Amino acid sequence: MKKYIADWTIKENIPFNDNECYLLKLSLEEKIPIILPGQFVQVLVEDSSTTFLRRPISVHFVDKEKNELWLLVQVIGNGTRKLSERKKGDRVNLIYPLGNGFSLPEDKSKITGKLLLIGGGVGVAPLLYLGACLQELGYSPEFLLGAKIKKDVLQINEFGKFGKIYITTEDGSAGEKGFVTNHSILQSGGFDFIYTCGPKPMMAAVVRYAREKGIACEVSLENTMACGIGACLCCVEKTVRGNVCVCTEGPVMNINQLTWQI
Amino acid sequence: MANLNIEIGGLNFKNPVLTASGTFGYGSEYGDFIDLSRLGGIIVKGTTLYPREGNNYPRMAETPVGMLNVVGLQNKGVDYFISEIYPKIKDIDTRMIVNVSGSTIEEYVTCAAKINELEKIPAIELNISCPNVKEGGMAFGTNCGSASKVVKAVRKIYHKMLIVKLSPNVTDITEIARAVEAEGADSVSLINTLLGMAIDAEKRQPVLSTVTGGLSGPCIKPVALRMVWQTAKAVKVPIIGVGGISNWKDAIEFILAGATAIQIGTYNFIDPTVSIKIVDGIENYLNRHGFDSIGELIGNM
Repeated sequence: MKKYIADWTIKENIPFNDNECYLLKLSLEEKIPIILPGQFVQVLVEDSSTTFLRRPISVHFVDKEKNELWLLVQVIGNGTRKLSERKKGDRVNLIYPLGNGFSLPEDKSKITGKLLLIGGGVGVAPLLYLGACLQELGYSPEFLLGAKIKKDVLQINEFGKFGKIYITTEDGSAGEKGFVTNHSILQSGGFDFIYTCGPKPMMAAVVRYAREKGIACEVSLENTMACGIGACLCCVEKTVRGNVCVCTEGPVMNINQLTWQI
Repeated sequence: MANLNIEIGGLNFKNPVLTASGTFGYGSEYGDFIDLSRLGGIIVKGTTLYPREGNNYPRMAETPVGMLNVVGLQNKGVDYFISEIYPKIKDIDTRMIVNVSGSTIEEYVTCAAKINELEKIPAIELNISCPNVKEGGMAFGTNCGSASKVVKAVRKIYHKMLIVKLSPNVTDITEIARAVEAEGADSVSLINTLLGMAIDAEKRQPVLSTVTGGLSGPCIKPVALRMVWQTAKAVKVPIIGVGGISNWKDAIEFILAGATAIQIGTYNFIDPTVSIKIVDGIENYLNRHGFDSIGELIGNM
């Protein structure tokens, strides 16, 4: 896929969770090129003296009608904080679209069962656009969203547009109490394919579950990276094929590629 | 219009802007962003005789205005380069230069000899300064004796333009520069990364898998500039300045310090179009100051 570099304009910057998280809606003068669910963008943070590298952020949603790209960002350090302070009308420079994206089962007849999309914390971000694309292809994706506490379960209304939602929180303040892998929906099973993105321990638990049940599964990795385009070789993941760049051969990887000892 | 052509070791370059090894892949990674043929040259990823898996993750730490890396020369080896990569990049209309590294003198020699046979590779950059490999690399470049030995051995079998990339992790870089010049290097490029370290205070452990790593980016520019200036006074061969260049002004400073050409490294990650902006910026500068050619600017301060 051809990659681009351009300035985008902030249409909306919606904070939630006491400004711990925010939703940036960006638009481009020309038509947004095809972006696949699971791909990411490299965001330039120009006004933070401690932020040197671009920040890789996954595509949360592409609103084709409004020609908007959504990014769901958690404030982690100075770079994401500065980005969160950007106002409507400000310009943000992006390199896009990057990475491979989740595999979409084009032929619906090949998958007779159900698709489960499991996200944790801000890791739910790429699953919204994935869910939307799966629905468009005729599937009925289901979402299992996990968080520490109720307020950290993000974008429930948006996810609800594209499929059924199950929730877990560590304190039980919303949905079932515990981790995503404790949810009763996983006991009843019947899933053909699991997509997951979130903190590494959560993804590891999901991978263990998928391996035990023999369910096909893809994870979205977030190894720290510099270039985002396969030049620096910093973001490598050790796979069954050796070290590969997460920015070009990921961020999405099938679990049969991973060498995680779990 | 000022003339941007330069010559190093008998080889012409359309302009003095090259991209640094390890930051530009094999060139094609940047083909969507810039017209590669507008570059003076591309120095491709460090290549070794045998395939190398590189170091374990984590390989990178962001630092104030820079970064540390410990990639460790991950590459598929020179034979793979020749059969799979070279055919795809050989017709890029710029000077394609291969960065050659090794763990032993024999590895350097065999690898360089294979690349000597490639028609569209008119030069190599001998990497005796990689800080991220256990054997070879920087071990050769931090001591005059071993630097001389490896350059002498490669010079015997490599018949095209030979650049030697120098390490800044030495007491006196000019001694090493003189040593490799004496063994027949056509040019020296400097500086490779500075040895550094990052610690995660919360986890109480080093950030990088190998603890120490190579520092690059704008934070190292003053050190690189100083070393280029010192080396320019110590050797006769042309110098290629590299280290923290992020805009045309930086590039001009290196040329004023005595560099004939420059390399853009880490900043390619921040702005993949920066190299072309620097080509344009240098040209504007020359026109604005009434210079006819870039050559008039080298060491001119």
